[in-house]
Amino acid sequence: MLNRKILPNIINPTDFKLGLKPYTHFKLDNGINVYAVEAGEQEVLMLELVFNAGNWFEEKNIVAATTNFLIKNGTKNKTALEINEHFDFYGAYLNRSCYSETATITLHSLSKHLHHLTPVISELLSECIFPENELSIYKQNQKQRLIVNLQKCDFIANRLIDEYVYGFHHPYGKYTSTIDYDALDRDGLIDFYSKYYLNGVCNIFIAGKLPIDYETILNNDFGKLPINSIDKEFKKIQTSTAAEKKYTIINDVNGVQSAVRIARQFPTKSHPDFQKSLILNNIFGGFFGSRLMKNIREDKGYTYGIHSYMQNHIHQCSWMISTECGREVAEPTINEVYKEMKVLQDTFVSDAELNLVRNYMIGSILGDLDGPFQIMSRWKSYILNNLTEAYFHNYINTIKTVSSEELQFLAKKYLNPDEFYELQVI
Amino acid sequence: MIQYKKFILDNGLRVLIHEDKSTPMAVVNVLYDVGARDEDPNKTGFAHLFEHLMFGGSINIPEYDQPLQMAGGENNAYTTNDLTNYYCQLPAENLETALWLESDRMLSLAFSKKSLDVQKKVVCEEFKEHYISKPYGDVWAKMRALSYQVHPYSWMTIGKELSHVENATIKDVKYFFQKHYCPLNAILVIAGNVETDKAITLANKWFGNIPSGELYKRNLPKEPQQTHAKLLEVKADVPLDALVKTWHMDSRLEKGYYVADIITEVLGGGGSSRLFQKLVKEKQLFSNLDCYHFGSIDKGLLAIEGKLVKGVSMQTAEAGINEELEKIKNELITETELEKVKNKTESVIAFEDMALMSRANSLAFYELLGDVSMMDTELEKFKNITTSDVKEYSKKIFSDNNSNTLKYYSNN
Repeated sequence: MLNRKILPNIINPTDFKLGLKPYTHFKLDNGINVYAVEAGEQEVLMLELVFNAGNWFEEKNIVAATTNFLIKNGTKNKTALEINEHFDFYGAYLNRSCYSETATITLHSLSKHLHHLTPVISELLSECIFPENELSIYKQNQKQRLIVNLQKCDFIANRLIDEYVYGFHHPYGKYTSTIDYDALDRDGLIDFYSKYYLNGVCNIFIAGKLPIDYETILNNDFGKLPINSIDKEFKKIQTSTAAEKKYTIINDVNGVQSAVRIARQFPTKSHPDFQKSLILNNIFGGFFGSRLMKNIREDKGYTYGIHSYMQNHIHQCSWMISTECGREVAEPTINEVYKEMKVLQDTFVSDAELNLVRNYMIGSILGDLDGPFQIMSRWKSYILNNLTEAYFHNYINTIKTVSSEELQFLAKKYLNPDEFYELQVI
Repeated sequence: MIQYKKFILDNGLRVLIHEDKSTPMAVVNVLYDVGARDEDPNKTGFAHLFEHLMFGGSINIPEYDQPLQMAGGENNAYTTNDLTNYYCQLPAENLETALWLESDRMLSLAFSKKSLDVQKKVVCEEFKEHYISKPYGDVWAKMRALSYQVHPYSWMTIGKELSHVENATIKDVKYFFQKHYCPLNAILVIAGNVETDKAITLANKWFGNIPSGELYKRNLPKEPQQTHAKLLEVKADVPLDALVKTWHMDSRLEKGYYVADIITEVLGGGGSSRLFQKLVKEKQLFSNLDCYHFGSIDKGLLAIEGKLVKGVSMQTAEAGINEELEKIKNELITETELEKVKNKTESVIAFEDMALMSRANSLAFYELLGDVSMMDTELEKFKNITTSDVKEYSKKIFSDNNSNTLKYYSNN
């Protein structure tokens, strides 16, 4: 007779040996670094070009993001429509994203079509003209999007908390108004494009089933560009945190929910506390079985979800707690968050809980590394942060060995309610 | 093509096993043949609320998540108008843990009052977060109710109103479980780094002795052919006017479904699509515009929705859409357009098949549709569609009488 009350034997994931499949590295003729991971069963690939062209480098608000967005909206010989038709025809996706330090152009396509697509990407990196008409449509539509977003309490909260933690004049803390869109002009984009794309700094990441001649394809289409000729140093920009710690904003008097954000500055990935703190964060609010979820969602039903996480940047990170909860329970929610911080400071995490989190995290990394794009994404994050493979093994080892004493020490060091910014937006 | 083996246990549970030795992981996916369409019109949102309760402990296991996390696993679930699907992924060595957990909650839940009380609140917060707090959040509640007279697609999976969720009782929960959550109404998929023989032995061990239950015979009211254009106009505290239109289309297994899928791509798929190019870029009537369908199993909806550029009248915006619909009804799309859409479909399928979880999910879904082997001929069905199929089907569905329109005006 089957005894359903007894858990079948499990193998502790902490006993697994985890590896990170290595990448191949080579340089194109112009010095661009290419990192490649060949893996996967499906005949697909991802090609990502990462430029040092994030908003860190802009002098006027939103210029970096606009240049990045409009990079596929017209070259000397092709209209925006012709460019879109080309990628759409091959069933490929060409996306672009702008972050604080970097801006990317990402291609997802069937492997067999790569050589049809790279010549047009190369054209985007050398012959963009930023047509006036495209810019004007962009301004109009982005402004409309912004005014809709400004009605959402979570959108407002995300902007403001970053401002408090980093300062409005820091790339991590600034945000956009409709006036910034109005102030955009074509010359500004052309100038930014010329400095940070045309003559910019670029790294290429490629993963998936790679065509046999992919190195030649990349070198032919990207190896002759004037990229990487000038070194672009990150200029130093200091954060300036807000003086006041607590904020309540009424964005909608009839609002039924409150967006709560609680955050503080936190060291970057290379700091010795960082990896250990990720385990503490998991216990605190990093997964479905975390203390915040168990207490505030699963016991009290105040919210659909509450999470804590490290907001990762290259120069400065923050530790953030984020939830949308019922307006009438916002105060109790905030109090419970602080209560959970105190518990972590005052009491050791039990062996049972710590073992569960160790197993969960290892299992989750194992699942995360399942697939070429995921492997590449981890490498990319290490490479852009100047970290090596040792960082990965150190992380795995830290998960397996961190002690409850160390976690309590970190809780005492970082989880002091008084040091957090607190915001609710209704 | 995805390789699999199909088994039927003595109690009627259908089991599909997909081996993939390239991954260290295993996925256990349990699909139940029940969705929001199977709800009582006065107790809507129940299938989804029930999904939450499935994590509140089962008859022999007080907590679902903890043992799974201990085994290095993660899980989640979703409810649609058609079905409810539960999935977990964990290191393949610990496959049995997932089967133990899933089988116990198929056997019986704990029916905890506390869990019901808390999850009602959680779902109400989910309702508020997505459908009340967000500008335009009520568009699809209104649009479904307008588009369907009798078919239960007339409400969203979250439910018609908060009170339906708030009023749920333990009695409702038990009744629903008994009716829908049993081997005869479920499909189990085991995928990943597993041996088929071992996997089926384990499936038998844990699921084999669960009572079959009764086969649920779905008998939903059929939506009658719509005979006149329907219009709803509302005013709300939103910054921009919005226009939403729907048309009834064929069910998942009819040919029209595949044609409709191609139509939505021609009209709204990507930067080179017709509606985006003409109405967002050239005429600048809309600041964003989407065209899509819901992928419904019963007769579904094809939708076009967008926000108007400030200063453009509703009438001009609607005329712009109509002009494009007239074109696709009266002129053949080009062979290049058709080829583009087919290339995209091929690419989408390849990307979807990358993730083990997504493969497991597809297997369960096609088995639910009638037979898992249909998955193999899916791409073929798209490839057989011609430009004249697109024209004829556009003529059929894009008629005024088959249309529903929501004009959502800004108060400002």
